[in-house]
Amino acid sequence: MNAFTVLTDSTSVTRPIFQDIHLIGRTIFYVLAAAATVTFLYGWWRRVAKYRRGRSAGRGATVRSALFANPFSGVHARRDTSSVGVIAANATVSRRHLATGVAHFMVFWGFIALFIGTVILTIDYDILRLSTKLLLGHEISFFYGTFYLTYSVILDTMGLAAVLGLAYLGVRRALIKPPQLNYARAEDPPGGYSRAKMVAGDWLFVWGLGLILLTGFFVEVFRIRAENFPPFEVWSPVGWLGARLVQALGLPASTSLGVHTFFWWVHALLALAFVAYIPFSKALHILADGVNLLAHDKSGTRSLPAPAPVEHIGYQKIEDFTWKELLDFDSCTKCGRCHAVCPARAAGAPLSPRDLILDLRQWVDTQSSGVTLLDREQRPEATGPLSPNGDTKIAGSVISTRTLWSCTTCMACVEACPVGIEHVSTIVQLRRGLVDSGDMDPTLQKALQNLAQQGNSFGKSARMRARWTKGLDFTIKDARKEQVKYLWFVGDYASFDDRLQENSRALARLLHTAGVDFGILYEDERNAGNDVRRVGEEGLFELLADHNVNALQAAHFEEIFTTDPHSLNTLRNEYPERGASYKVWHYTELLAHLVETGAIPVEPLNWRVTYHDPCYLARYNSVIEAPRRILRALGCELVEMPRNGANTFCCGAGGGRIWMDDSYLTERPSENRIREAAELDVNYFVVSCPKDVTMYSDAAKTTGHDGALMVQDITQLVAAAVRVPELVGAAVVASGAADAAAPAAPSPTPTAAPSPGASAPSSGGESPARDVAPPTIADEPSDPTAVSPERSASTDTEPAKGPARPTDGPP
Amino acid sequence: MRIVVPMKAVPDLVEEIELTSDGSGIDREYLKFVLNEWDDQALEEALLVKEAGDAEVIAVGLDSDPDIEQALYAALAKGADKAVKLTGAGEAPDTHARAEMLAGWLGDQGADLVITGVQSPDDLDGQLPPALGARMGLPHVSVVTSIEAGADAGTVRVRQEFSGGRSTELSVTLPAVVGLQAARQSPRYAPISRIRQMMQAGGIEEAPLSPASGTSGLRVRRMYAPESTGHAEMLTGSPDEVAAKIVELLSARGLVKG
Amino acid sequence: MSNNVMVLCEHVGKRVTDSTYELIGKARELAGAFGGQVEVALFGPADLAEQLGGADVVVNVDDPSLAEYVPECYERALMHVLGEREPRLLLLANATIGLDLGAAISVSWQAPLAAYCVGLAAEGDTLVATCQILGGKIMAEVETEGTKAVATVVGGAFPTEPGQGSGSPEVVTVSVPDLGSVRMSLTQTFEAQGGDVDITSVDMLVSVGRGIGSQDNLETVEELATSLGVPLSASRPVIDSGWLPKSRQVGKSGLKVKPRAYLAFGISGAPEHLEGMRSAELIIACNTDEQAPIFEIAHYGTTVDLFDLVPAIVERVQG
Repeated sequence: MNAFTVLTDSTSVTRPIFQDIHLIGRTIFYVLAAAATVTFLYGWWRRVAKYRRGRSAGRGATVRSALFANPFSGVHARRDTSSVGVIAANATVSRRHLATGVAHFMVFWGFIALFIGTVILTIDYDILRLSTKLLLGHEISFFYGTFYLTYSVILDTMGLAAVLGLAYLGVRRALIKPPQLNYARAEDPPGGYSRAKMVAGDWLFVWGLGLILLTGFFVEVFRIRAENFPPFEVWSPVGWLGARLVQALGLPASTSLGVHTFFWWVHALLALAFVAYIPFSKALHILADGVNLLAHDKSGTRSLPAPAPVEHIGYQKIEDFTWKELLDFDSCTKCGRCHAVCPARAAGAPLSPRDLILDLRQWVDTQSSGVTLLDREQRPEATGPLSPNGDTKIAGSVISTRTLWSCTTCMACVEACPVGIEHVSTIVQLRRGLVDSGDMDPTLQKALQNLAQQGNSFGKSARMRARWTKGLDFTIKDARKEQVKYLWFVGDYASFDDRLQENSRALARLLHTAGVDFGILYEDERNAGNDVRRVGEEGLFELLADHNVNALQAAHFEEIFTTDPHSLNTLRNEYPERGASYKVWHYTELLAHLVETGAIPVEPLNWRVTYHDPCYLARYNSVIEAPRRILRALGCELVEMPRNGANTFCCGAGGGRIWMDDSYLTERPSENRIREAAELDVNYFVVSCPKDVTMYSDAAKTTGHDGALMVQDITQLVAAAVRVPELVGAAVVASGAADAAAPAAPSPTPTAAPSPGASAPSSGGESPARDVAPPTIADEPSDPTAVSPERSASTDTEPAKGPARPTDGPP
Repeated sequence: MRIVVPMKAVPDLVEEIELTSDGSGIDREYLKFVLNEWDDQALEEALLVKEAGDAEVIAVGLDSDPDIEQALYAALAKGADKAVKLTGAGEAPDTHARAEMLAGWLGDQGADLVITGVQSPDDLDGQLPPALGARMGLPHVSVVTSIEAGADAGTVRVRQEFSGGRSTELSVTLPAVVGLQAARQSPRYAPISRIRQMMQAGGIEEAPLSPASGTSGLRVRRMYAPESTGHAEMLTGSPDEVAAKIVELLSARGLVKG
Repeated sequence: MSNNVMVLCEHVGKRVTDSTYELIGKARELAGAFGGQVEVALFGPADLAEQLGGADVVVNVDDPSLAEYVPECYERALMHVLGEREPRLLLLANATIGLDLGAAISVSWQAPLAAYCVGLAAEGDTLVATCQILGGKIMAEVETEGTKAVATVVGGAFPTEPGQGSGSPEVVTVSVPDLGSVRMSLTQTFEAQGGDVDITSVDMLVSVGRGIGSQDNLETVEELATSLGVPLSASRPVIDSGWLPKSRQVGKSGLKVKPRAYLAFGISGAPEHLEGMRSAELIIACNTDEQAPIFEIAHYGTTVDLFDLVPAIVERVQG
């Protein structure tokens, strides 16, 4: 019998739906199915009712965009938002965890296919056949012939894929045991705790899915055996092979029917039980996480939400959270990726982003008589998240003060989370409550007082802000008084820290030499407020930002560049809504252009270096390539650290941590990072954030690597590579073609053009900005507003692993 | 218990202090003023006393002090029950004038306890707490590091600190004046949003002062910045070089084996 | 009304304090200029007069209520003595007692007060005081009007030697009216916590200030102290933060030290601190702020970052 005749024999090419299950059995089945559905709907309704207690999250447009406008956004490249495409591709699950992602993909689509299969059966059997029988007197069905065979082969394959995927995930959990799946808390609560139920819930989930799949196949196997191998059933290959196997094992067809009936019931009951179980368990993530991803937006971390518009400051009750935050808590699958990447957790702080989310989830559950069954922590006493007292501030009681203060806001958790949880903004919301009650480190309090009084965390006079310029032999333009192309927002550390002032001067000299038309705000600049906001001192942030916005509006410039990635973040992403909307660059973007175009003529350094991506530059603002372009242009051999690009590891200074005591940490994040770099056998640890210079210089010393590993700002590398001015002319002639790309008029050696001290750079005819600055806009490859090559190309793909090839030297 | 905390705004020492052209005083025009740090301690201790029992805290400032409103709003934000700006204090009154004016106003306030900073950086003619105590004929204790309810009603226990780490505890009958050196805990933080709330609520009361009649009896001849007479010889070079010089200096005195 | 200069004697544990000698020394000079005598008001047992050889007259009030310092008792006794003796000038140390009584005496005795004095001179009949205000940033030269005055003098401003004469002053006993009506009483005395080490009796001190930043940075400097075999001391902010015990505090409200070498790290040099260590024989200061006042009194200074410098010294000392 060949396939053709099988396909033509259409009426017999099908399978019975309720084979051997008679009226009572069917009735029981339908009653149970209805009960399971009702239970499911009840659980889901309870969940939704909880989310509806939350505030508006302002994510309606995000969801619409993820569904309709940009349904494939973020599938290939790293994006702020997610989309149906991302969910369908499981892109966030497989990012940096390919095997897990593929396995999950198989389970995900396997079950979707099986679910669709069940829906099709329902349509055919319970709707079409039933209605036609009642209306026409005879049944009409489409579940036979070609349709049935196609259906069979697809569901068999998808079922097999799900079994294999699930098997891998089970093996991973049971045998491979990646550290992030260890649920041990970052800090034990007094009195102890147990997460055994969580583990039980996980295994119930795995085995539940597994048994549903296996019994489904068993049903098929014993049916085919019982029917004595109808030839067309080769289109159910797994069932066919299984049936052959039980035949080979000696099971007769007659017995097989009984076994089939048994498994049919087991399968049916398991499946119905599972459906009912979904909203009460970890399986909820099947429903919650898709929605959570659709509503996910990293820009809500880059530009933090305003405090909750409630009477009290700081979260106290469920209604203070947004529905997105409440959904975040339920979305967590405890995968532990955030736990693994968190610098605070790695440093021995009590913070683990996973613990934070699970604790908040449990607290919300406790307050709302939640419906979660197994996915709960147990404690001998009802403390912290288990406490039934709803009238206490969450910050400090549910989540400990130190836990909240441990966050560096590096955003690694948000980046790593496969289900779109936004930990950082929730932490800041809770911190706002701590600030309001003054519950903070004395050193932080001092810094905030200094910021309030002097506009800088150093407590130095605001009038001393531009003192670092004293060591220059030219005067930096005052953008308050004269027009400049670029306003340099220098920042606190680059202005006041003695160790960093020389860096700032070096950058000023380089830009001056390259003829860049730039100025500063002098004493009218204040701390940009990025870290103040992340500390949770919203009022002070507003004070500082409004001062800066006024100063910016009164100054004369076109675009801004910053030294500090933290300043860059707030200027770029948070100032626009306060009335200051400018193009904001990082100085590395400017330097990259200047060294590539030859405006800063450099000779190869041939240094072997590694580069540390600042969180606020790489992860927050996707400026990843610019510093690497500089290093290439300088002929440096770049050896990447394992954690690089958007996956960088925090130095520990962000989110105001630089103002707080870190003596309770077992190993500072910066030391962890230096050890990572020390493995690479490089001589230079290159950074592009002023805070990094101080953090890593200290860490290199405390880890004893300061001899072998030099911490250097990238500015210093450019300065070291600059050709001696006297040689510039000669070099241009000698190298000829290689330098042809350099600006057309390399003749006036940059230092010679403005006579030192005598005439201000602005007064000369040739000095203002030459032809360097304008193309910086046109050519600049990393336009922060548009979809730029920097974002789309370098985004998800981390910079090349292993040594980057140094650019070819000059001929 | 009613606690009054007189507060003073003083030049921010972070700033460079400029003198008037004739050198007779400091140039207040461009100077930044901040709350006297000891007054901040005094307010904190007052709030701690309030939190420990039943007390009303009233922060008081003089309109002669630039930006005193800021300090008063901050006091309200931190938990003071009332803030009063006393008007008509004139131009930059000295300690004696302050004591006289405050004593006049305090006369009918029924304060049980006046807590203020032990000193301020510019009290050339002496410190406020003893001057106020003497003016009002009240017992007064300065250099205090804690105030707690006394064993008997109408008394407080204060801890007075001496050099060398010695201290004593005194039982003081109220009403009294206390000059605070340091509160039992660091002054709390006043979140800017709360201060702004207070400003929007406009919670500062005003009350007139009777001008001071007496004088301090001091006549300033001149003011000047101390010349750096004996400036240190600066050691420069790499950390290693500087370390070498320091070790050399010490070993020359036989303090380290070099 | 006399031309005498009166000093209020402070004593701790049967010993007259150094600051008293500093005042007596200055009083000798001023009394000479005014044409008067040096009177020392001694409250408590008269036998302490033996230690006051630098005075011409010791005015003793030996009342049981004056055995310990109780501010109101001292104030009343002092007012009484001033009324009896009518000196030209009263000198108080600008420490707790001076801060407690100075301005009150000024109001009650109706005499001008010059606070934070670091210099005192008689120009004819006029007393000219140099006062250190605004955290030591400004010096004010003031005249006191009238024929009587009070001055509170910053510790260490004058030498002790001129006040430690070996004369035998006349002891005048004054009895004071009943002090039973005072509104305060001493309930408890706390001696300085017997620290692990006595920082006043060592040859060398390594001292840290606010510039240290955080507690764990203390380890860096602690290592240096250990390798030099000397104790660690600190300025007030470090003590207030609870990072070191009170027994390690150098300064006005802590201990006065006179080691042969004083290494100051991250100490900016507030007047209160300088008061406690300025008489060290060798002061080496490390502070990244080149404007820090500590450099005014240090013999050697450096702006090298202490986290670079300290390990380098440790290496040399150990190596």
